Amino acid sequence: MTSSGSGHTLCKHALGCMSDLDSRYLLRSRPPAEKLVDNSFRNLAIAMASVVAIVLFSILVVVFQGGLDSMARYGWQFLVTSDWNPVDDQYGAGAAIYGTLITSLLALLIAVPLGVGTAIFITENIIPKGIRDVIGLMVELLAAIPSVVLGLWAIFVMEPFIRPGLELLYQLFNWFPLFSTPPMGPGTIPAVLILVVMILPIITAISRDCLNQVPPQLREAAYGVGTTRWGAIINVILPAAISGIIGGVMLALGRAMGETMAVTMIIGNSNNFSVSLLAPGNTIAAMLANQFGEADGSQVSSLMYAAFVLIVLTLCVNIFAQWIVKRLSLKY
Amino acid sequence: MTILQQPQATESHNEDVALSLQNVTISYGNFEAVKNVYCEIPRGKVTAFIGPSGCGKSTVLRSLNRMNDLIESCSLRGSILFGGVDLYGPRIDPVEVRRRIGMVFQQPNPFPKSIYDNIAFGARINGYAGDMDELVERSLRQAAVWDECKDKLNESGCSLSGGQQQRLCIARTIAIQPEVILMDEPCSALDPISTLKIEETMHELKKSFTIVIVTHNMQQAVRVSDMTAFYNAEAVEGGTGKVGYLVEFNDTDKIFNAPQQQATQDYVSGRFG
Repeated sequence: MTSSGSGHTLCKHALGCMSDLDSRYLLRSRPPAEKLVDNSFRNLAIAMASVVAIVLFSILVVVFQGGLDSMARYGWQFLVTSDWNPVDDQYGAGAAIYGTLITSLLALLIAVPLGVGTAIFITENIIPKGIRDVIGLMVELLAAIPSVVLGLWAIFVMEPFIRPGLELLYQLFNWFPLFSTPPMGPGTIPAVLILVVMILPIITAISRDCLNQVPPQLREAAYGVGTTRWGAIINVILPAAISGIIGGVMLALGRAMGETMAVTMIIGNSNNFSVSLLAPGNTIAAMLANQFGEADGSQVSSLMYAAFVLIVLTLCVNIFAQWIVKRLSLKY
Repeated sequence: MTILQQPQATESHNEDVALSLQNVTISYGNFEAVKNVYCEIPRGKVTAFIGPSGCGKSTVLRSLNRMNDLIESCSLRGSILFGGVDLYGPRIDPVEVRRRIGMVFQQPNPFPKSIYDNIAFGARINGYAGDMDELVERSLRQAAVWDECKDKLNESGCSLSGGQQQRLCIARTIAIQPEVILMDEPCSALDPISTLKIEETMHELKKSFTIVIVTHNMQQAVRVSDMTAFYNAEAVEGGTGKVGYLVEFNDTDKIFNAPQQQATQDYVSGRFG
């Protein structure tokens, strides 16, 4: 609007000079330079976005090519056999694939209730906000610990601490395949536990954000019809947040499958296939980290094959996650 | 349920009074939002709360079924008697309070569930043992939304229009058969036609329920209410904000035609606020 005292100009413009451009608005017709900036920004954004796709695609291609030799030689057998003998040129990643799947799934099994529970606890007003914020901060700080430090802690503190428990497990349940070997230090169970510690912050942080995004009106609606806190959480708040929580869980699963350092340090790196969780095992990531340094020839090719399997697994998990998130998203 | 029915209150109470506010002061932290409210809300009638924004009328309404408990910093002094029992007494479970005093909110907030489940959810929680299909239909009919959603009971409640959603929320509240229904500006997000439908619904509802409604729309107060409470807010010395208080509470007729207070006269004649 024009300032007071310029009623005359306002009047003139209102009265019939609509087509005249008010010379004080300098950018009514956009100069070429501005359009150029617009266009270049758009192109820059496209280029940036393409880089991500190109990098992902080229990694896939390079790993696939690297593994071609082994794929031709061992075929699907590679996925189910577990000989890993560089001397005889016999390779099979069965033990590592089993280890990858079992460690990450078991870690999820423990970490999901723990993480979602923590998230519910710190988003509901069960205890004063100050304490909740501190707990939330601690969980996030857990994510800041480098995995090699967690690995060291697992070797020197956690594993000796849980050893008596594992002994007991073996004595009581050694008739059950999963606990059929005596614990001997490094093994699958300690690796699972360290994975739990590593993925807990992801699950908690994402679940907390999702729960916080549930509209307060929905919460009020639940309490308004006389729901208990428990009922509101189970029937209304969690269902409203579930798609995001599942997304977080899948991210965590991807992290667990690819996690290398801490797992390598504690899992025992044994290529002998054993169903028992108390025995030393292996994961694809741990195997790659251990062997790439001194591998050559067909061993490199086999490792590339294993790496390709890992990439495909994590890609599948991520695609599945996207699908679940889309399926479960509630409209509110 | 049992606790609320015990005749533990010492005050004798009048059967015609649904809710009795005795010197109620509600604060958010150190800030007093509304102060020293005395008010007796009659049973089986529609009571409207009117007043300018920030005068605390919604705060008072939400305190009537302890919805303010969800706001951590909120605290209440004084007492609110419901059938002679203090709703803020030490032995009162807020969940039970809300089962007997239902609420309809400003924004329509159906659950992201099917229309049927929106009604059935509250009823199940309240342990309804009758025929659920029949209850769903009756509630939706009472809320005047049955015709619009009888063919899509399995679709999400959120697929309805705003006005239909709000009537669904009213049906959801009716389905738990509360004794009192609180409505917090139920029509503020709706168009005039939906508003009219909800007002018609309220005329039906007051035959079986006590209704307390907060509204910014004075014509609405005149149209639907039997009693009107006018709240106002004024700055206090040394305070950070305005403190709300109850100016006048009387028959709607008297409030709008022959108010006792100058402030009420000014407000209802549109001279301020």
